[in-house]
Amino acid sequence: MFESLTEKLESIFKKLKGKGLLKEEDVEVALKEIRLALLEADVNFKVVKDFVQKIKEKAIGKEVLESLTPGQQVIKVVNEELCRLLGKTNSRIPLSPNPPTIIMMVGLHGSGKTTTSAKLARLFKKEGRRPMLVAADLQRPAAIDQLITLGSQIDVPVYFSKDIKDPVTLCYDSVKKAKVDARDIVILDTAGRLHIDESLMTELKKIKESVSPKESIFVADAMTGQDAVNIARNFSEQIGIDGIILTKMDGDARGGAALSIISVTGKPIKFIGTGEKIEMLEPFYPDRIASRILGMGDVLSLIEQAQKTFDHKEAEKLQKTIMDESFTFDDLREQLQKMRNMGPLENLINMIPGMNKIKNLDIDERELVKVEAIISSMTKKEKRDHNIINGNRRRRIALGSGTTVPDVNRVIKQYIEIKKMLKMFKGKKGFKLPKVLPF
Amino acid sequence: MGFFDRLKESLTKTRKGLVEKVESIFTGRKVDETTLEELEEILIMSDVGTNAASEIMTVIREKAKKGEAKDTDSVKGLLKSEMISILGDFQPLMVSESKPFVILAVGVNGVGKTTTIGKLASRFRSQGLSVLLAAGDTFRAAGIEQLEIWAKRADTQFVQHQKGSDPAAVAYDAVIAAQSRGIDVVIIDTAGRLHTKTNLMEELKKVKRSIDKALPGAPAEVLLVVDATTGQNALRQAEIFNETIGITGIALTKLDGTAKGGIVFAIKKGLGMPVRLIGVGEGIDDLRDFDPGEFVEALFS
Repeated sequence: MFESLTEKLESIFKKLKGKGLLKEEDVEVALKEIRLALLEADVNFKVVKDFVQKIKEKAIGKEVLESLTPGQQVIKVVNEELCRLLGKTNSRIPLSPNPPTIIMMVGLHGSGKTTTSAKLARLFKKEGRRPMLVAADLQRPAAIDQLITLGSQIDVPVYFSKDIKDPVTLCYDSVKKAKVDARDIVILDTAGRLHIDESLMTELKKIKESVSPKESIFVADAMTGQDAVNIARNFSEQIGIDGIILTKMDGDARGGAALSIISVTGKPIKFIGTGEKIEMLEPFYPDRIASRILGMGDVLSLIEQAQKTFDHKEAEKLQKTIMDESFTFDDLREQLQKMRNMGPLENLINMIPGMNKIKNLDIDERELVKVEAIISSMTKKEKRDHNIINGNRRRRIALGSGTTVPDVNRVIKQYIEIKKMLKMFKGKKGFKLPKVLPF
Repeated sequence: MGFFDRLKESLTKTRKGLVEKVESIFTGRKVDETTLEELEEILIMSDVGTNAASEIMTVIREKAKKGEAKDTDSVKGLLKSEMISILGDFQPLMVSESKPFVILAVGVNGVGKTTTIGKLASRFRSQGLSVLLAAGDTFRAAGIEQLEIWAKRADTQFVQHQKGSDPAAVAYDAVIAAQSRGIDVVIIDTAGRLHTKTNLMEELKKVKRSIDKALPGAPAEVLLVVDATTGQNALRQAEIFNETIGITGIALTKLDGTAKGGIVFAIKKGLGMPVRLIGVGEGIDDLRDFDPGEFVEALFS
């Protein structure tokens, strides 16, 4: 469905005999596609307009580098500008010189404030701080229970009251309690309602005045559409925000809202939420979001995550294996074992450009155990050459690994798919093979 | 206040946006390519999506060429009828005769599933129907409690299991219980899930299967709840949920904000399932039937 922008531009520029300066008419054609790509990614229309204008000024007359096609050259300009606008990686939350540091979470209902509050608390706790959560959402039924449950999961105390009906009083009291208990971080989970709800905005303003938080964080859903600018502007102007956390980034939304929100508020995105599990909060990397908005996959994230698990030498060995096309079942098993140390597979696989196109690669984490058993039941010869694995051998492997012949067939099929994919990576023009691959 | 007024009131912000802009574009100007382009921009700004917007505009452009759209009024009229025709006929959620009428509510996280169910339940209750709510969101912390509060508010029966239990079992028990108790409507809540999570989508299939096992042919309605503030990704959501369990209707929530809900056009155009309900406020009565005619009319009147 999402033909990548790179591919589109490549085809536009195919006819051009590419060297020299970028001409205005070439750039115009490219900009039309860029504009559409950004709109499809939910970047606000006005933001797109400004952006495209800027690109136009920067791209026209620019020399096409030796190593690049004109399409790549335009992409390069677009990517650079996008990264510049998205800002720097900045996941630091400043702490007050006089503890506790108070952090106030604000945002629309359903944006993920409560979950994100708990995720932040966990992060602080991991750093050796003593956070406290405050259940200040007195609107949504069972919001308090939700925070209490999350708090107990991460062993962080939750301040709440089922009697106090005024969130301002509750927040004020919570800070006093934090001082008594020597808690150095207080995270206020406020109620979420629409940004045009005046009573909510007044409530939030009052909380802010009464406890003067060090940091007010705007929690926004990555799937937000054109309205992101209005929502962000309202929260920013009325409450004042210091940073942004973008949630639900584990979906397939392109996340254009990130650009809209940053343009309107001028504040940095500090973290992104990448899953329902409480540890799934990651720093924001502008370059990755830029390539995601442009539909170019999240190769960088993948590389980084892979690097955590692979040491450099092994990576080089694997790289060589891939280039030689001598990828065997042994390599597959080794890589699968490593992958299991890298976190949920689906997250990882989603980051690879073009990966969703590959079928039969629907790897269930539990299945990996089976796959390993199957490979272990192969002979050395079989591991090197899948072509010799006939029906008899398949039956033997199934018996040996305690699985069934269809299971064995599937593993062999997957192996062939992966081999094909590696070939594709290798052969893909303009695609620089990442230093490491998870397989 | 009648329905029309309520809708109009809650859509005033939307209306202002769109209508004022349309007016301002065409006041004192001829209908030419620049003005038409600006019109397309307005559609895109309402989350209609580039495809749906360009298709609508193709029709208007052709008519403009033929000289049918010379001034503001005729362009507005054309736009209105084109938008209504995309949305199709009025197809509200109708409870059938055979009891129980089973509704399965699904959607991504944070769209307002539980709230929509609560409001829907109270509407059925006020129509004199007996309702049973099933706490199928066994994943989220306090997901069960949240629905239970709504069940009390709307005075319905309630079926729950332990947190973390199998939602398919909850759904099965609920439908069986409703049959033996002679309940009219069963509404089954589910945990919010991103459509990209294969295992969670598989779980949904299982929930649906177990409902069918308890009552062949059920659920009669699979309602996808969509947040009006969502951008183009809502179309992906609708596509994948539909592929997985077959969506029969859409509930569009949070339409009382400044979001325009234009994604409805893209969904209807792309997939064809009707929008049944819209959420226009926090109150228990702020869930309305979606009437395409009135919806578009309220946008333009």
